[in-house]
Amino acid sequence: MLNAILALSALALTFGLLLGFAAIRFKVEGDPLVDQIDAQLPQTQCGQCGFPGCRPYAEAIANEEAEINQCPPGGEATIHALADLLDREPLPLNPENGVEAAKTVAVIDEQICIGCTLCIQACPVDAILGAAKQMHTIIESECTGCELCLPPCPVDCIEMVEIKEDILTWKWPYPEPATVEQPTDNRQEATA
Amino acid sequence: MTEFALILLSTVLVNNFVLTKFLGLCPFMGVSRKLETAIGMALATTFVLTLASICSYLANTYLLAPLGIEYLRTITFILVIAVVVQFTEMVIQKSSPLLHKVLGIFLPLITTNCAVLGVALLNIQQELNFLQSAVYGFGASVGFSIVLILFAAMRERLAVADVPSPFQGPAIGLITAGLMSLAFLGFSGLIKG
Repeated sequence: MLNAILALSALALTFGLLLGFAAIRFKVEGDPLVDQIDAQLPQTQCGQCGFPGCRPYAEAIANEEAEINQCPPGGEATIHALADLLDREPLPLNPENGVEAAKTVAVIDEQICIGCTLCIQACPVDAILGAAKQMHTIIESECTGCELCLPPCPVDCIEMVEIKEDILTWKWPYPEPATVEQPTDNRQEATA
Repeated sequence: MTEFALILLSTVLVNNFVLTKFLGLCPFMGVSRKLETAIGMALATTFVLTLASICSYLANTYLLAPLGIEYLRTITFILVIAVVVQFTEMVIQKSSPLLHKVLGIFLPLITTNCAVLGVALLNIQQELNFLQSAVYGFGASVGFSIVLILFAAMRERLAVADVPSPFQGPAIGLITAGLMSLAFLGFSGLIKG
């Protein structure tokens, strides 16, 4: 009985000391707020926010040099997540940075199409099928939703339609870009 | 060598921890919604399970058995595993931020999961020696990883499938898990018995 109490107490004490020592010895410096903000951003590194990547934008938000509504790829979801995190009011997406775009596909209204072939020439991926004076149509699986066919159409018969995700259009998501954390010393320089 | 291969095969396929022994079901259902998180969880589990298996064997052989206090096994194992995992997490965070980013949040989650504690206790119950325990723990975690990743891949598709409304969400997940379990029970024919 005494054995058991002593052994377990000794074990717990040793482990407690070990963890306490480790907490001091292996302490990681860094700004946890920047990490938290960075985790909310979509990591597309697109630069639409005006900063050279997601982490610099996160640092700018943490230093209150930037608003939370400058990330078009993240859209409203990111703005709300950031507002929750920083306890600020959610703002609408800043139009100067771009608009949040859903994935779309072009559709030709075949009643109106006059068969002028102008959109076929504009299409960068050859997703439009048709001939002169013949009705045109769009191969949906090839269309990238670039909207380049809209301006040349003389009768405005092309419309962009949002794609809903279902079992037929589902595909594996693209791999997320590697989010390599900067070494600690770099970060200190940046904040100093 | 054959012995280790047998242990591996038996823990990965025949006595799969999730689908045959029904241990570790909470991360199996909880972290399988996205393939990416499932892979992170699988890696963390592999790491923790192997480590837990080794540490608990050492604690049992060199501390509990000599003092004759084997009845304190469960609480000691929980203590040992939790400390080892916490300590390793701190070291990883300091030495390899990238690895910490992959495993970080999952390490504390899996710490005293029932599969982890189950492996440690089963090691002792089956009277395995040191190397056997390590292989047993590793095999169990590989089995867990395979099943978790397979299941997550299926659930990603299930999420957009046209499932009848009473079965949507966790319900269809559980049914899928049951079917997987049935399929894995077929492996029991691998060993003559």
